[in-house]
Amino acid sequence: MFAPDIILAAVLNGLMTGAVYALTAVGLTLVYGVLHIINFAHGAILTAAMFAAFFAWKIGIDPYVAVFALAPIFFALGYALQRFVIGPSSHGEDRNILLVTLGLSIVIENLLLAAFRSDTRSIDVPYGFSVIDLGFTFLSVPRVVAFAASCAAAAILWLILAKTDTGKAIRAVAKEKLGASLVGIDVAHVYAVTFGLGAACLAVAACLLLPTFYVHPRVGNAYVLVAFTIVVLGGMGSVPGALLGGLFIGVVESLSGLFLGESLGQIGIFLIFILVLLVRPTGLFGARA
Amino acid sequence: MSPLRAYGPILLLGAALASMPFFAASNTLLNAMVLALVIALAAQGWNILGGYGGQFSFGHAAFFGMGAYGTALLQTRFGVNAYAAFAAAVALGSAAGLAIGYLSFRSGLRGSYFALVTLAFAEVFRILANAWPFTGGAAGVLIKLDVRAETFQFASRAVYFWIALGLVVAVMLINRSVERSRFGAWLVAIRENEDAAKALGVDTFSVKLKAITLSAAITAISGAFYAQYFLFLDANIAFGPWISVEALLAPIIGGLGTVFGPVIGALGLHFVAEITRAVAGRVPGIDLALYGTLLVVMVAFARDGIIGLLTKARARLFGSRA
Amino acid sequence: MTIDTTLSRRSVLKAGVAAAGVVAMPAYLRAQPAPVKIGILQPVTGALAFDGQQGLIGAEMAIKAINAAGGIKSLGGAKLEMAFGDVRSTPEGGTSEVERLAGENVSAIVGGFASPICLAATQAASRYDLPYIVDVGVSDQIVNRGLKNTFRFAPGFGIVTAQALENLVKINDAAGKPAKTVVLVHEDGLFGSGLAKLLQAELPKRGFEVLDTLSHPTPARDMSNIALQIRAKNPDLVIPSSYYGEFVLLARTMQQQRIKPKGIYAILNGAASNYRFVKEFPEAAENVMDCNHWYDPRNATALAIKKELDAQGKFFTYNVALNYSGVLLLADAIERAASPDRAKIIAALETSTFDKHIMPYGPTKFVNGQNTGAAPVNTQVQKGDIKVIYPDAFADAKAIYPVPA
Repeated sequence: MFAPDIILAAVLNGLMTGAVYALTAVGLTLVYGVLHIINFAHGAILTAAMFAAFFAWKIGIDPYVAVFALAPIFFALGYALQRFVIGPSSHGEDRNILLVTLGLSIVIENLLLAAFRSDTRSIDVPYGFSVIDLGFTFLSVPRVVAFAASCAAAAILWLILAKTDTGKAIRAVAKEKLGASLVGIDVAHVYAVTFGLGAACLAVAACLLLPTFYVHPRVGNAYVLVAFTIVVLGGMGSVPGALLGGLFIGVVESLSGLFLGESLGQIGIFLIFILVLLVRPTGLFGARA
Repeated sequence: MSPLRAYGPILLLGAALASMPFFAASNTLLNAMVLALVIALAAQGWNILGGYGGQFSFGHAAFFGMGAYGTALLQTRFGVNAYAAFAAAVALGSAAGLAIGYLSFRSGLRGSYFALVTLAFAEVFRILANAWPFTGGAAGVLIKLDVRAETFQFASRAVYFWIALGLVVAVMLINRSVERSRFGAWLVAIRENEDAAKALGVDTFSVKLKAITLSAAITAISGAFYAQYFLFLDANIAFGPWISVEALLAPIIGGLGTVFGPVIGALGLHFVAEITRAVAGRVPGIDLALYGTLLVVMVAFARDGIIGLLTKARARLFGSRA
Repeated sequence: MTIDTTLSRRSVLKAGVAAAGVVAMPAYLRAQPAPVKIGILQPVTGALAFDGQQGLIGAEMAIKAINAAGGIKSLGGAKLEMAFGDVRSTPEGGTSEVERLAGENVSAIVGGFASPICLAATQAASRYDLPYIVDVGVSDQIVNRGLKNTFRFAPGFGIVTAQALENLVKINDAAGKPAKTVVLVHEDGLFGSGLAKLLQAELPKRGFEVLDTLSHPTPARDMSNIALQIRAKNPDLVIPSSYYGEFVLLARTMQQQRIKPKGIYAILNGAASNYRFVKEFPEAAENVMDCNHWYDPRNATALAIKKELDAQGKFFTYNVALNYSGVLLLADAIERAASPDRAKIIAALETSTFDKHIMPYGPTKFVNGQNTGAAPVNTQVQKGDIKVIYPDAFADAKAIYPVPA
């Protein structure tokens, strides 16, 4: 039905899109794994990061440079948000965390709307149209960069979790909150660090997306559902799972888009999602939770 | 609790609200009340499963949409009488609840997993309704404007208000009787500790299945009423995430697992939205940002919802823990 | 009501003399006539916030212009007063705001933007026999329901598609029929899907072969696959109907993948006739054609508006022009009705022959609520500007077609 080179090109496209999905999902899965909450403010934070990257570019800073400033800034913002807003106001109850993050997403989205209006803005970076010629298809340079950087960011995050003391504390809290606090781990601090890491991942994703995408006050919403899907596929709380899940979803979306059409193709993602949940709720790549 | 103490306050509140059109006949207010009551209905449905049973769904849009599309399509495609279509649509909604419940509870999905699977089902329905020619595809369905009592269309907003109020009060009564029944007690037991409930011999699967079916039916009523009131639907209205969010927001704000919680929550949120709108001025977005802030503040200061706050206040005032 | 009594007292005089008398009076002696309230409905928050914001700009500018020119003269120079309603991008918002505006005694409403909002809002307004001028809302269901209060100034779906097809054939014929094969790309909502269905049926009758029809959701995160498939099919012509973000992505991806068909002929496209797109991606936008709502490029008022918006860093989109014209149309009806009364305004709209708008339409004529004088035009991005290329009566440039490789 399709020539092999088209299918191959679609797979490559899917991998590149999937890597960025993975990065947005890594933040979500981390927050889920540790705090056991579904963060509704995820999309809004991504939007905020994209606006930050956009205005950085406006004052002459390339997104690939801005990322080194924005990642720490968003880490700090995420830390503060969890430590001083979400944590205290939710009293540790899941349903309240849900509402607080929902409230925050409404606040962030609409403050952005009030401040910057609803125009769809994009940036025209000099490398925006550079391509690598593979013969059968052209690979867009910014997307290849996004692919590589996303994988690298996920690897760094995984190293942080595996090797550093903070990482160990995070994993301890994720496994056994009470026990961790008994051995002297500051749980509130660990929660905030985790949320900060999640926000930093979004900042990186934002800088990688902007050269080929656009930004408006609701843009992050487009990435929320797909990020949830990846979190489940990869096993909630698993960073390598999120990376694999992201790549997998990217390819599935790309191929089902090719064969079913882009609109109906979205169904492919959700059907896989439902099937995985029903048959193997710990995720395709996850260990037992 | 005597039946009078159990059902009396509900009927009293219903009667008080029902007299409203005689004092404040402004259509703006009536329309706002109808909208709030539609949300209240959807929220009451969600509350059965989420509030009493502790099974948080993010996808009640699936049932709302079934009710809405059901009533609209039966009328427009098959010429079914509006009232019969309404009833059939509610049955359709509860069937969807049964099916989704069967699949997910059989797989033992709980907590966030259950929440996410309901969300995914709602999305699948939304995409299908948007693509399938039978549902009108992306153009949606328009119920023919024909204002007669026979077609369930009324010239007066007050009539819609009374019908919506009647439905909400009826569901509150059902809710109360569930609370007082053995089924209700089992449901709460599942919320508090599912494994313990199972160990005590509660057939948790069938209790949860009953709960989601009832829950879906009530939310489908909300959807069917919505369709009948606005006479227009498309996939994003019927199956969009907005109604899933509204349906869970109202009970949590009002008071989870209480009869009055979803209703007070829906009316309260509507009121807050109107207030923020009135004070915010002309810059678009400021009012919603304020609304979101108030949401966070409400959660921070009323962790058990408005009902929880009221109970606490009463306990402090009268020193009793009624 | 004070206006009515003063007028009747003077009824022995000829109207013209009376008016002259009013004007001649010193300003401080003249009683200020009660303003006429008109409702403006736009989605300035939510998913459609950008379009709502643009529509509001147009309506506000028109009200300002009318008031600056002396208000409603038949009402003694009564000023127009705007009552604004944010419909939040939802049909419920539309109904709620109509109820509120009706309660505030507006004489008429202009706006709505999206079809679902317009459907809900016109129906709510019909309960009060409140005249409603739809600004954009292309769904033909809006005017086909027999609501007496509803008027659509712009062309609906049926008119636009018929015109788009006809113009395409003419442009293609004039260039010696370079295009024979077509790929359709459309968003999967109301307008994109409907359009694609119609084009699939109609294009073959006009000698075009439809190689493929590719639909995509809004928002779409990626258009690479669509571009891939276009490349594989290698059509002469690509016909995209998408909203702003998706078309920008598509055009950029096509540029990147070096896909250069003989023409891109968009229909009701969100970006192809949008100055922001042209400014931000001049190369991807160059030579893209669109059949869409557009202002009359030879109209002095339209050009003045464009200049004003350019100076403010805002963009002159079609909704600005449509809402500007819609408010002028309403003001003319109020002028002729000589009353803020809703029924009289509806009667005046029914017989309207208004032609002082800034659209390339000619005189207005409502048949069952649809302005039959309305038609879309064809624009093309040429050297970083948007030009009208068809019909000739309004054109300020010639079509560059087929696009030189």
